[in-house]
Amino acid sequence: MNRIQKLFLDKKENVLSIFITAGFPYLDSLPQILIALEAAGVDMVEIGIPFSDPTADGPAIQHSNNVAIKNGMTIPYLFSQLKDIRKKVSIPLVLMGYLNPPMQYGFDRFIDDAVACGIDGIILPDLPMEEYLDSYQEKFKSKNLSNIFLITPQTSEQRIQWIDKESEGFIYVVSTNTITGGKVDFEDNQKDYFSKVRNLQLKNPALVGFGIRDKSTFNIAAKYLQGAIIGTAFIKHIEAHSNRIEEAVKEFIETFN
Amino acid sequence: MAFQVDKRGFYGPYGGAYIPEMLHQNIDYLQRNYLEIINSEDFIKEMDALLKDYIGRPTPLYFAKRLSQKYGYKIYLKREDLCHTGAHKVNNTIGQILLAKRLGKTRIIAETGAGQHGVATATVCALMDMKCIVYMGEVDIERQAPNVKRMRMLGAEVRPATSGSKTLKDATNEAMRDWISHPDDTHYIIGSVVGPHPFPDMVARFQSIISKEIRWQLQEKEGRENPDYVIACVGGGSNAAGAFYHFLDEKDVHLVAVEAAGHGVNSGMSAATTILGKPGVLHGSKTLFMQTLDGQVVEPHSISAGLDYPGIGPIHAWLFESGRAQFMSATDQEALDSVMELSRLEGIIPALESAHALAKLKELNAPSDSIVIVNLSGRGDKDLDTYIREFKNL
Ligand SMILES: Cc1ncc(COP(=O)(O)O)c(C=O)c1O
Repeated sequence: MNRIQKLFLDKKENVLSIFITAGFPYLDSLPQILIALEAAGVDMVEIGIPFSDPTADGPAIQHSNNVAIKNGMTIPYLFSQLKDIRKKVSIPLVLMGYLNPPMQYGFDRFIDDAVACGIDGIILPDLPMEEYLDSYQEKFKSKNLSNIFLITPQTSEQRIQWIDKESEGFIYVVSTNTITGGKVDFEDNQKDYFSKVRNLQLKNPALVGFGIRDKSTFNIAAKYLQGAIIGTAFIKHIEAHSNRIEEAVKEFIETFN
Repeated sequence: MAFQVDKRGFYGPYGGAYIPEMLHQNIDYLQRNYLEIINSEDFIKEMDALLKDYIGRPTPLYFAKRLSQKYGYKIYLKREDLCHTGAHKVNNTIGQILLAKRLGKTRIIAETGAGQHGVATATVCALMDMKCIVYMGEVDIERQAPNVKRMRMLGAEVRPATSGSKTLKDATNEAMRDWISHPDDTHYIIGSVVGPHPFPDMVARFQSIISKEIRWQLQEKEGRENPDYVIACVGGGSNAAGAFYHFLDEKDVHLVAVEAAGHGVNSGMSAATTILGKPGVLHGSKTLFMQTLDGQVVEPHSISAGLDYPGIGPIHAWLFESGRAQFMSATDQEALDSVMELSRLEGIIPALESAHALAKLKELNAPSDSIVIVNLSGRGDKDLDTYIREFKNL
């Protein structure tokens, strides 16, 4: 059992996960942010690997990607940063990114090195399901690494069932048809969709992402599913307070208590 | 060897559909249905009528006498510059707008570099009464200003892409983000043989009319269907894919693809993908593109906005790797020289993109009297500002 599976075994509701781009706002901010997030009581962190052309992201995360690349963040550098992270951080850590940088690094090597750093899961939104099953699933299983898939309001029930069957970690429920940071109102449409997912009684827990920005939007998601993921709102907050990152992390997370 | 797309959407190792789940439903539906739709009788009938009466097809295959004398070949120009709107791009947009109608879509988005694809999309949207939004890099909005005005006259909204290099790749990113946000009512008319499967194949099929016509036109003029050479410029590669399409399996036809070398392939200001690129995943397909060791996309340069793209379509990555096509590159200056040469020798002012293809006539090293087809993908009207700036003695 990896840390993601253990987390959901122990905690069935109000799971709070934070997304942060590696190398943002400064090249070496990540370890400090991870430690502060765990101290503030966050349940899991998704670490974004920056890419020059993030086609599913809105302006705030695009900007964080550009800053991180300019700062010099690369996959080798990220792994050097995470080498000893498990001495300090024990919550589940997930790497999230577009396929091309890991492909250039060498996909097998990417997985091996991620696992060596204590990474528990991977999210690659543009890796096709079929290619994952044909080429990588075995490797993920042998390393006890979770591959996490997205579903959207457009994903058919049949496809959700298929994704659930092939997933071992959690399912990333994209709240609406939008890029990251999009304005989501969390009215009836979203609620219907969340309860539809809940009623499918999937074997995997489900976390809502995209558009979650404060306690009230978090609560709506957590009322239907196991919790939610916050990216853009956190990144904006950190950028606005980049001269006092530790405190800023604490403040931000406290608003969810 | 097979040069057509396979069932999974690949050309050799290139192609596929590397898309986030947000685009899955639209792409999956297209994959399952595009062939049936575009091969249906009523589709073909409507398309053929528009190509003929609205676009002005067939475009002439013109024997360029003075150009031929200069280079010692029998040079024919395939006159895509005479298509309505001034470039080959409209062959594809006509096809895709008919497809979008059959999909029940009401809103069209497109990316554009030179503005030719944007104009061609705005045109067919006016024709079919569809809402049209065109994403265009801020830099391109400036260097192709007349096309921006044309799109607006045609009723399209032009939205600037302000990220990255502010050119074609960034406009493509913005269009993808829009499609993610409007999956139900919107069809994305991709302008080249790029993007996730089935776009590369679909666009190639719509552009294949170019080589289909070349075959019977050459038969009429020369008593043979196959030329010795076909030369075309490659941005994403749609005009080249169309000009090559019906010759892919004709081994005696040399296919020559010309990329933009910008200031020179080693200058750091280039768009010569097959020389500078590596395999990777960009804009939904596995293909060759210019990138750093870490897999970040490198910003290209070309004087020609339509060739200013860091990658090439997966079909071209495969034509390159398999050796089926020869890839060459032309610098900004060589293209400009060819613009003037064609203007003076044949009375035709070509688009900057097309001039890259013309620029390689001098390096063809073909036997004399070879039959050489140059795909003249577009006319130079849109580039007049550049020409006025570059040709100082006008
Ligand atoms: C006249 C002309 N030729 C060529 C191109 C390059 O596109 P492709 O390689 O898809 O033909 C463009 C793109 O805008 C164009 O306007």
